[in-house]
Amino acid sequence: MATAIHEPPITTERPTGGNGSPPAFPPHEESLRSVGDRSPEPARTGIWIALAAIAMSFAAFISALIVRQGSPANDWQHIAIPGVLYFNTAILILSSLTLEVARRQTASFIRAQGATRNQALAWLVATLGLGLFFVAGQYVAWLQLRSEGLYLATNPNSSFFYLLTAVHAIHVLGGLGGLARVIRRLAPATPILRKSTMDATSYYWHFMGILWIYLLFILVLKL
Amino acid sequence: MGRIFAITVVIIAIASAIPIVLHTWAPPEDISTHGHAIDDQMKDTMYEAGLSFLAAQLLLGLFIWQNAGRGKQDKLKTFPGGAKGLVIAALVLVGSEILALGVLGQKAWASVYFAGPDKDAMTIQAQAGQFAFYFRYPGADGKFGGMHPDKIDEGNQNFFGLDPENDVDSRDDIVAGELAVPVNRQINLTLHSKDVGHSFYVRELRLQQDFVPGLDLAVHFTATKPGRYEIVCTQLCGLGHYNMKAYLSVLSQEDFDKWLKERAQ
Amino acid sequence: MSQEAAHHGPPTSFLRKYIFSVDHKVIGKQYYGLALAAVFTGMILSWVMRFHLVWPNAAIPGLQWLSKVGAPGGVMTPEYYLSLLTMHGTLMVFFVLTNAPFAAFGNYFLPIQIGAEDMAFPRFNMMSFWVTFAAFVVLMSAFFVPDGPPISGWTAYAPLSAVGSDAGPGLGMGQNLWAISIALFCIASLLGALNFIATTLDLRAKGMTLMRMPISTWAWFITSCIALLAFAVLLPACLLLILDRIAGTSFFVPGGLMISDRLQPHSGGSPLLWQHLFWFFGHPEVYIAILPAMGIVSHILINSMRKPLLSHKVVIGSMLSIGFLSYMVWGHHMFLSGMNPFSALVFSFPTLIITIPATILTLIWLGSLYGSRLQINSASLFALGFISMFVSGGVSGFFLAQPSIDIYLHATYFVVGHFHLVMGVAAIFGIFAGTYFWFPKMSGHMMNETLGKIHFWFTFVGAYCIFMPFHYLGLAGNVRRYSSFVDDYLQPLLPVHKFITIAAFCTGAAQLVFLFNLIYSRFKGAAAPDNPWNATSLEWTIPSPPPWNNFGDKHPVVYHDPYQYGVEGAKEDFTMQDSPERVPVKS
Repeated sequence: MATAIHEPPITTERPTGGNGSPPAFPPHEESLRSVGDRSPEPARTGIWIALAAIAMSFAAFISALIVRQGSPANDWQHIAIPGVLYFNTAILILSSLTLEVARRQTASFIRAQGATRNQALAWLVATLGLGLFFVAGQYVAWLQLRSEGLYLATNPNSSFFYLLTAVHAIHVLGGLGGLARVIRRLAPATPILRKSTMDATSYYWHFMGILWIYLLFILVLKL
Repeated sequence: MGRIFAITVVIIAIASAIPIVLHTWAPPEDISTHGHAIDDQMKDTMYEAGLSFLAAQLLLGLFIWQNAGRGKQDKLKTFPGGAKGLVIAALVLVGSEILALGVLGQKAWASVYFAGPDKDAMTIQAQAGQFAFYFRYPGADGKFGGMHPDKIDEGNQNFFGLDPENDVDSRDDIVAGELAVPVNRQINLTLHSKDVGHSFYVRELRLQQDFVPGLDLAVHFTATKPGRYEIVCTQLCGLGHYNMKAYLSVLSQEDFDKWLKERAQ
Repeated sequence: MSQEAAHHGPPTSFLRKYIFSVDHKVIGKQYYGLALAAVFTGMILSWVMRFHLVWPNAAIPGLQWLSKVGAPGGVMTPEYYLSLLTMHGTLMVFFVLTNAPFAAFGNYFLPIQIGAEDMAFPRFNMMSFWVTFAAFVVLMSAFFVPDGPPISGWTAYAPLSAVGSDAGPGLGMGQNLWAISIALFCIASLLGALNFIATTLDLRAKGMTLMRMPISTWAWFITSCIALLAFAVLLPACLLLILDRIAGTSFFVPGGLMISDRLQPHSGGSPLLWQHLFWFFGHPEVYIAILPAMGIVSHILINSMRKPLLSHKVVIGSMLSIGFLSYMVWGHHMFLSGMNPFSALVFSFPTLIITIPATILTLIWLGSLYGSRLQINSASLFALGFISMFVSGGVSGFFLAQPSIDIYLHATYFVVGHFHLVMGVAAIFGIFAGTYFWFPKMSGHMMNETLGKIHFWFTFVGAYCIFMPFHYLGLAGNVRRYSSFVDDYLQPLLPVHKFITIAAFCTGAAQLVFLFNLIYSRFKGAAAPDNPWNATSLEWTIPSPPPWNNFGDKHPVVYHDPYQYGVEGAKEDFTMQDSPERVPVKS
C-alpha cells in the first residue's frame, strides 16, 4: 500500500467513466480526509442512534394509547394519578442536575483541569442513588394504584399507566447500569473511563428525564 | 452462455404474457353495477404493466445478448442520455401512469366506498363466525332485533344470539345460511363478526370486505344477473378457513319474495 | 483516523475464535449459517405444504413423527397446514431475508469495505447474533409443544392471535413462543442496526468519504436506518400482544367475542391497532429484505460489466428515497380492513410513487449494461437474474397499489405471487449472487463454477415456473392461506397447482446442488487468490480469507471512488480503491 501520494503531472484532472465520457463521480480533489480529521467517537454516535430507537418505541406506545382511547366501546375511565409521581419527577430532574455536575467534573478531571476523581465520583454516586430512589418511588406509585384496586388489566387506563411507567423504569434501570459502569471505571487508582463513555451515559440519562416529563404529561392529560 | 440466458429471459417473458393475453385464467363475468369500473382499471393497468414488463425483460435480454463476452479490446460505451435521460424517462413514464391510473382509478374506489347506500336499499345483516356465514333479514317489521353474544346457541340455531322472548323486533327476523337477494335491487350488507377476523368475497360481484370484530362495517352492491355465486372467506380465521363459504343466490323479485315467505314461517 | 474501537487482540481459545467471537467476520458467517438452517427448514416446509395442497389426503411419510396430532398417520390436518404456513413465513421473512443479505453479508463486508478493523461495538455485535440465535431456538421450539406452532400466519392478526387456544390449535403456547421469539429478534436487530449505523458514520478510513463508499455499503447503511425505526415499533406491538394473551389486557381484542362457546373476557380493544402497528413495521421490513440485495447486485454487476453504473449518485438517491417512502405506505396492506376508505387513497399515492425510484434503479441497471464488457459467471448470472425477477415482481405491485383493483386481488394468490417474486426470489438471488461473489474471500476457496451454473439455470427457470402461475391463479380469484381447495370455482385450477408443486420440488432439489457446492468448496475448492474477480473495492485488497484485524497493521488510505473500471490510459481495466494511481484526461 502506498505510503506517499504521488503527485500526478499537472493536467486537467478529472477521472473519466471510461472512453472519455463524462465522469460518473464527483471531482477527486474535494477531499482526502485530512490527517487532522477525527471521527466522532462511536459511543457518542451510538447513543443518539439508540435514543432514536427508544423514542420511536415510545411513540408506538403513545399511538396505541390514542387509538385505544378512541375505542367505540367507550370504556376509557379516568384514574387519578398518584401524587408520588410528582415527587419522583423532582427526584429524576435532580438526578440529571447532579449528573451534569458529575460530567463536567469528570471532564475537568480527565483534562487535569482541577477537579479530583473523588469529587466526580461523589456526584456520580449521588446520581445513582437518586435514580434508585426514582425507581423505588415508581414502585410506590404502583402499590398505591393496587390499593385502589387498579391492576394491569382492570381498565385500559390502568393498563397504560403500568405499561408506560414500567417500560420507562426498565430503561432507567438500564441507565443505572450504565452509571454503575462509569463509576466502576472511574473508581480505580488509574481510571480507565473515556470521556465519550461518560458523555454517552449522560445523554442517555438526561433523555430518560425528558422522556419521563413527556410521559407524565401524557398520563396526567390522557389518563 | 450469456446469449442463451438472454434468449431464455425473452422466452420466459413472452410465455408469461400468453395466458394473460389469451385470458386463460381471468376474473369471472362481472354481475355488479360497480364492477365495470374495476375491470376497466384492471385492463388499463394490465396494458401498462404488461408493456413495461415486456419492454424491461426484452431490453435486459437485448443488452445481455449484445454485451456478454465483449473483451478488453471492445470500447466501453455509455447509454445515450446517460443517467439523466433515464431519470427523466422514469419520471415521465411512471408519473403519467400514476396520474392516469391513480387519479382516474379513485373513481372506481369511490363508487364502492364513498357513497353510502341508497335510501331504498334493502338491508341484510351478514355474520361471520368460525367457520360459517349466516344472514339475517329484518322481517315484516323492517327492524333487526338486538344481538346478545351470551345467548348464541348454535345447537338451537340461534346464531345471532337473538332474544325473541324479550325483544319484539327479533321475533320476525329471518336467519338463513345463504344470501338470497333480488336482482337489480341495491343491497346494504352490514358485516358483523362473532369471533375473529373474517372477510366477505364474491368474485362476480367484484366485492371484498373484511369483517372486523368490534366494528360495524357495511358494503352495498347491486347484482344484475340471477344465478348462484360463491361467497368465500378470505381472512385467515382458523383451521376451517378453507372451508368457510356460503352461496349468494340472485333471484328474480318473484322468486325472492317466495324464498323469504318460505323462511318467515 | 481509524478508531481504536476494536481493542481486542486476536482470539486464542476455540470458544472465543468460533463461538463467542467479537470478530465481525465470524459473526457474519454465523448469521449466514443460521440463515442457511432457516432457509432449508422453510423450504422443506414449503414442499410439504405444496404436496398437501395437491394431494390433501395422502400420507406424507415421516410427518407423523413431527406431530402426532397435526398429521396423524402422516396425513396433514387443516390446522397443521396453517401451522406450517406460519412457520414458513416467519422463518423466511425474519431469519432468512433479514439475516442473510443484511446481517450476514453486511456484518462481514461493511467494515472491510469502509476500511475499518471491526464494527464500532464488537461485543454488541456478538450479543446481537446470539440473541438472534435464541430467537430462532424459541421459534423452532413451537414445533415441539403439544399443540404445535400458531395458525395465525406470520402476520398474527388479532383477535385470532390474541385470545388464546379457544380460537384454535397452536394459539396457546405456540403463539406465546412466536411472540417471544419475534420480540427477541427485534432486540437483536436493533442492536445490529445500531452497530451498522455507528460503524458507517464513525469508522471510515482516511479518504473514505460517504460518496466513496461502495453501493453495497450504502445499501446496508440505509437498511439499518430503516431497521432501527421499524423494529422499534414491532417490539412494543409484540409486548402488547403478549400482555393481551397472558395478562388479560385488551389492547387488540374487543368485547362480546364468542369463541368455542366461550365469551371472551376482553373488551374495548382494536384489531386494527395490531394491523397498524404490525404493518408500520411490516412494510419497511420488506424493503429491509430487498435493499441489501439491490446493493449487492449493483456491486457485483459493476464488476461483471467492467464499468461503473451510469450514476452513483442517482443510485444512492433512489435507494434513499425508497427507504424514506417505505414508511408512508403501510396502509396498502389494509385497504379492505375497515379503516376509513379515504385513507386508502392517501396510502395508495406514495405506494405508486415508490415505483419511481424502483424504476430509476431498474433503468440504470439496464442502461449500464449497454456498451459494457459483460462477463458471465455464477455471480453475474444471479445478479442479472435479480433484475429480471425484480421487474416481474415489481409490476404486479402496480396492480395491488390501487385500492379499487385490490378489492378483487386482495388475499388471492396474486399477492402471494407478487411478494414471492420480489422477496422469495429476487432477494434470494441477491443472496446467491453475494455468495458466489464473496465465498472466495470468506473461505479462501473458489466455488465450483459448473455447479454454480447448474444451480442458476434450475433456479431461474424453476422459480418462474412456480411463481408466475400464482398470478394467473390470483386473477381467477384463488384465495390464499387455504389448506385445501374445496370451493367449486377452484376445482378447474387444480392442474395449475399440480404444475406449481412439481416445479417447486424440482427447484428445491437444485438448492441441494448449491448446498453441496458450499460445503464441498469450503474444504476441497481450489485455493482462492486475493482478487479472483479483478475487483476494485477494499475487500479485494486483503488476503482470502482476511486476517483477524482485516488490514493487518496497515490502515488503508483511499484515493477515489470504488468503481474505477475501464479508465482509459490506466494500466489495467480496473484500479483498486486504495491505489494512488491517477490518470490524467487526454486533452
